[in-house]
Amino acid sequence: MKYRHAKKFALLAAIILAAVASYFSSAINSYYLQVLIFIGINVILAVSLNLINGYTGQFSLGHAGFMAIGAYVAAWLSTEHGAGLLKAFGGTNPFAIGALFILVLLGGGLAAAVAGLIVGVPSLRLKGDYLAIVTLGFGEIIRVVIQNTDAVGGPRGYSGIAGYTTLFWTWAIAALTIYLVVSLIDSTYGRGFLTVRDDEIAAEACGINTTRYKVIAFVVGAFFAGVAGGLYAHSTTYINPSGFDFQKSIEIVIMVILGGMGSTAGVAAAAVLLTVLLEYLRFVSGYEWLPELVRRIAQNRMIIYSLVLIALMLLRPQGLFGALPRRRSTRISKPAVDPLA
Amino acid sequence: MGLLDLQKCTVRFGGLTAVSELNLSLEPNDLMGLIGPNGAGKTTVFNIITGVYQPSDGQITFEGKRLAGLRPNVVTSRGIARTFQNIRLFPTLSVFDNVRAAFNLRLRHGALHAVTRTRSFYREEGEVDRQVRELLDIFHLGKCCEVGCTGLSYGDQRRLEIVRALATRPKLLLLDEPAAGMNPREKDDLMKLIQFVKEKFQIAVLLVEHDMKVVMGICQRIAVLDYGIKIAEGTPAEIRKNPKVIEAYLGEEPVLL
Ligand SMILES: Nc1ncnc2c1ncn2[C@@H]1O[C@H](COP(=O)(O)OP(=O)(O)OP(=O)(O)O)[C@@H](O)[C@H]1O
Ligand SMILES: [Mg+2]
Repeated sequence: MKYRHAKKFALLAAIILAAVASYFSSAINSYYLQVLIFIGINVILAVSLNLINGYTGQFSLGHAGFMAIGAYVAAWLSTEHGAGLLKAFGGTNPFAIGALFILVLLGGGLAAAVAGLIVGVPSLRLKGDYLAIVTLGFGEIIRVVIQNTDAVGGPRGYSGIAGYTTLFWTWAIAALTIYLVVSLIDSTYGRGFLTVRDDEIAAEACGINTTRYKVIAFVVGAFFAGVAGGLYAHSTTYINPSGFDFQKSIEIVIMVILGGMGSTAGVAAAAVLLTVLLEYLRFVSGYEWLPELVRRIAQNRMIIYSLVLIALMLLRPQGLFGALPRRRSTRISKPAVDPLA
Repeated sequence: MGLLDLQKCTVRFGGLTAVSELNLSLEPNDLMGLIGPNGAGKTTVFNIITGVYQPSDGQITFEGKRLAGLRPNVVTSRGIARTFQNIRLFPTLSVFDNVRAAFNLRLRHGALHAVTRTRSFYREEGEVDRQVRELLDIFHLGKCCEVGCTGLSYGDQRRLEIVRALATRPKLLLLDEPAAGMNPREKDDLMKLIQFVKEKFQIAVLLVEHDMKVVMGICQRIAVLDYGIKIAEGTPAEIRKNPKVIEAYLGEEPVLL
């Protein structure tokens, strides 16, 4: 196979691009830089959620919860142990900081992955709406727990986090996330995720361990949400629990639906689009010449999300970039009373 | 000791006894039919053999080992594959990927290899690729590899489901009404196909089928279920004459001959 290494080259190219862009980042207006970083973070969040919701067909509404765990654990690690670790790595040179940051992000990601394992287990028994409710509840529990943990600032939030996040880290990790998910799915092993989504009973009958796939999807998805959380915390340098509420989860779900469930490229593109749109709406709500109602709507994200979703369902139910056939309508079966017949 | 042995298997759904004290035994390379009127419990027998349900009573052994408590995917890895009464393909996957998915249980390479894309990962992928194409070619589906499986005709979908089951390399293949919805010509092809599969892959087949011509035409032995009770077992000729069978089918399937 001639193009065997195409994916690896693409990853390398993307990382180099991130490095170059980052090199010139001092020339970028700091607001735009922040937006570019948010784009990268949202791409990581959406692509990782797509592994759970899009490819594996589990309906998770708890991604902001995983993100919160990653953000707080990473922030706590770098704030409490950063100085000591930096000394161990040989001072405050860029390489020591880089090593520290990777370690801190991994810590946040791993903590979130453990939570993913804990949430993944009920997913073995629950389906559809029920799973959505459990994961939503989980996300809210995380938020409430953080709100009541004084060590990380409780409801006041956690401030004074080092600003380690750069354009390079964000985009390189976003590229890595895309690479990992795409190459995972593009393998005989990875096709197992899709069979769980398509028909669990048939998958089991083909010898596929659906339990393992679901748990892996949750653990890997949660890990990257945690890493994204770590990037976010070290970018804004201040986090508070309400930034990880269910609105954030829904925002990520919408990116996945908008992009077309189960299309990594589409979902990444949707993450970019939606991030830019939401930022733009901040300006719209400030335009004095617009009618009051329009400005109010632009201020309220939930209304925007609803409008986007309704428009999408009417115009392109498979998502902006998705090519998936709609499953319900293509279902091949005679009508049957017994679901297992 | 046979390949598959069901000993006094009973399945209850609440107050309903779907299968009652069923004894059934298959030898390697048998082709056995399982027939009975609607609701007799045939699909339920498949479901307890494959671990979808556990029998309320009795035990099932395969190659001398008990299957009790095993999950369906483990049962498949032991060597029992099945098709479904209502075709269950993976609707968003291509014909090729539907079969490829069934190679999952023998993969040596997992998630880590998939993302590191090592040389040995590509070697195994290439090997799987070759075997999938070979299988599809045997069943004349090689041309439609990249087609979405929902684009196939009904008969081809049934055939693809059998190919997918064979890709797990079973020793026993359970077919649940494979002729349902087929026209007479497709049914003739199916009969040839089942016999071909049995000989080529040297496997045993347990066939549930309402079409008497198909069952009588290819099965060496036939077991008859009625309300979950086995009322007869024997060669096609014996079953045809059996008064209990005729009574069970009376008014339902007039032509047993
Ligand atoms: N999961 C279930 N829960 C309750 N009852 C069930 C269940 N599965 C099957 N049954 C009942 O068990 C009986 C046997 O059903 P089964 O599907 O095994 O029949 P069958 O012989 O395959 O019939 P058909 O020829 O119509 O496919 C039926 O009365 C059916 O309603
Ligand atoms: Mg049936």
